Amino acid sequence: MSAIKLGVPSKGRLMEKTFDWFAERGIRLRRIGSEREYAGAVDGAEKVELVLLSAGEIPRELAAGRIHLGVTGSDLVRDKLADWQTLVEELAPMGFGHADLIIAVPACWADVDTLEDLDAAAHAFRAAHGHRLRIATKYHRLVREFLTREGIADWQLVDSQGATEGTVKNLTAEAIADITSSGETLRANHLKILSDGLIHSSQATLFASRMADWAGLEAPRAALIAQLGV
Amino acid sequence: MASKPRSREIGERLLGAFLRAGAAEVTPDILQPAETLLDLYGEDIRARAYVTSDPLRGEMMLRPDFTVPVVEAHMAGGAEPARYCYMGEVFRRQDHRGAARANEYLQAGYEVFDREDPEAADAEVFALFARLLAHLRLTSTIGDIGILRAAVEGIDTIAPRKAALARHIWRPRRFHGLLQRYAGITPVPGGRAALLSAGAPEGAPWIGLRSPEEMAARIAVLRADAAAAPIPTEVVAQLDALFALSCPAEEAPARLSALGIAALPPAIARLERRLAAMAARGIDTSALRFEASHGRTTMEYYDGFVFTFTAADPALPPVASGGRYDALTRFLGQGREIPAVGGVIRPGLVADLEAQA
Repeated sequence: MSAIKLGVPSKGRLMEKTFDWFAERGIRLRRIGSEREYAGAVDGAEKVELVLLSAGEIPRELAAGRIHLGVTGSDLVRDKLADWQTLVEELAPMGFGHADLIIAVPACWADVDTLEDLDAAAHAFRAAHGHRLRIATKYHRLVREFLTREGIADWQLVDSQGATEGTVKNLTAEAIADITSSGETLRANHLKILSDGLIHSSQATLFASRMADWAGLEAPRAALIAQLGV
Repeated sequence: MASKPRSREIGERLLGAFLRAGAAEVTPDILQPAETLLDLYGEDIRARAYVTSDPLRGEMMLRPDFTVPVVEAHMAGGAEPARYCYMGEVFRRQDHRGAARANEYLQAGYEVFDREDPEAADAEVFALFARLLAHLRLTSTIGDIGILRAAVEGIDTIAPRKAALARHIWRPRRFHGLLQRYAGITPVPGGRAALLSAGAPEGAPWIGLRSPEEMAARIAVLRADAAAAPIPTEVVAQLDALFALSCPAEEAPARLSALGIAALPPAIARLERRLAAMAARGIDTSALRFEASHGRTTMEYYDGFVFTFTAADPALPPVASGGRYDALTRFLGQGREIPAVGGVIRPGLVADLEAQA
């Protein structure tokens, strides 16, 4: 008997907030079994099955159609999936997990406050140092598309999967593009956000896969969507 | 989609025509060193090309086009003048789905390196392509990045502004944003105004590779910019009209002259010579489109004449495209340079269109 597979982050605040969000709408999600076992159960909705996954894997699972619905950051879907709108549908922003993907430069760069400044600084930097101005990030697609759309030149991305704020001081990048919520880590690392450097305002979002097999699940889908009010 | 053997057959036919036109065949490697391409195109090429690595040769790319290796080979010791042709696969990563977005396809190309008469070389490449594609009844459009560059160079303002505009001709959004700023149409950002009146604030420790001297140099540029007179709004209007110009090619010289841009006449004279050379080779310039902004959003190495041949289906990429890339030879020639023009035809698309006919 087939059921709607709902992918939810398997741990931490994101999981708890997701459970709360569904509970407020009359659907109880819970983990079952031992603390270490990633199994779950759903009460209050017909033909819905809980799949606990790492938040970072949920975009890929949605794109592959292995889950029908999934909760993950809107930034991850946009960054990990090429042509994401053709693969998934955004059902509802969930109002938590807020984080902004921004561009930050050293706070000591008094002459750089906007993208226009960054572009000019990058041009002079390339002439002086013989290589493009390096921007450390793990959000390659989002950052590349943003800078290309804005018409910025003479930059390159360097991959940074963690401690990205430290790359400028460590001389492996001149600027960074990373997620921030309060900006405290940026300030502690002597970085400042460009005034027009907001790439994407992310939050936890409920997505539906366009690639999953929904055959025979139309009625439970309609019922679930009505109950969630999305 | 045409079969590979059929596409290859058409590729061979085009290559044969290029050989008969006097070109020597070159066969660059599929694996190209990534560094040159990255240096030239930046992140744009990383998004569009397949990058791989080799333990001995480092980062490599699957050939995204032939132009760079052909120019490199010529600059390393080719005789002058020279005509080259090639046919083979190129590889492009695709970020969007769609039948027209091929990851791997054939290109047949023809490149002319000749100092004597650039406009005649432009016309030679265009007329050769027009003849080979005549049976497909494609729409051909030409443009000239050289005219845009001349217009920017001729603006009566300080050199750093002209340099910034010239650098962004291929990024229309940034170009027009800067132009509005230099004309005083968009206000100076608040942070910059404060910086120029109060100077750099103390406090933040210096971090990173960019030096305080580089910042000081930029602030000096910003001061000179703040002191310079705005670019008159009439000049902005002239440039906007230039970038928007689209008309039959035979009318283009008169329409360009009518814009009243003082710096344009030498570039217009080159366009007239090119059109005359094309007409002499049997091209009907009344059936040809001229678009001043043609080629502006494609890759930045074209800096003069540009052209495309497109099919009626707007979803299809151009069947053929090309242009002049003098600056690329300077970049790859390490001090040496030679005027160069060329283009590519996609045999797979020709095969598709022939099958429909």
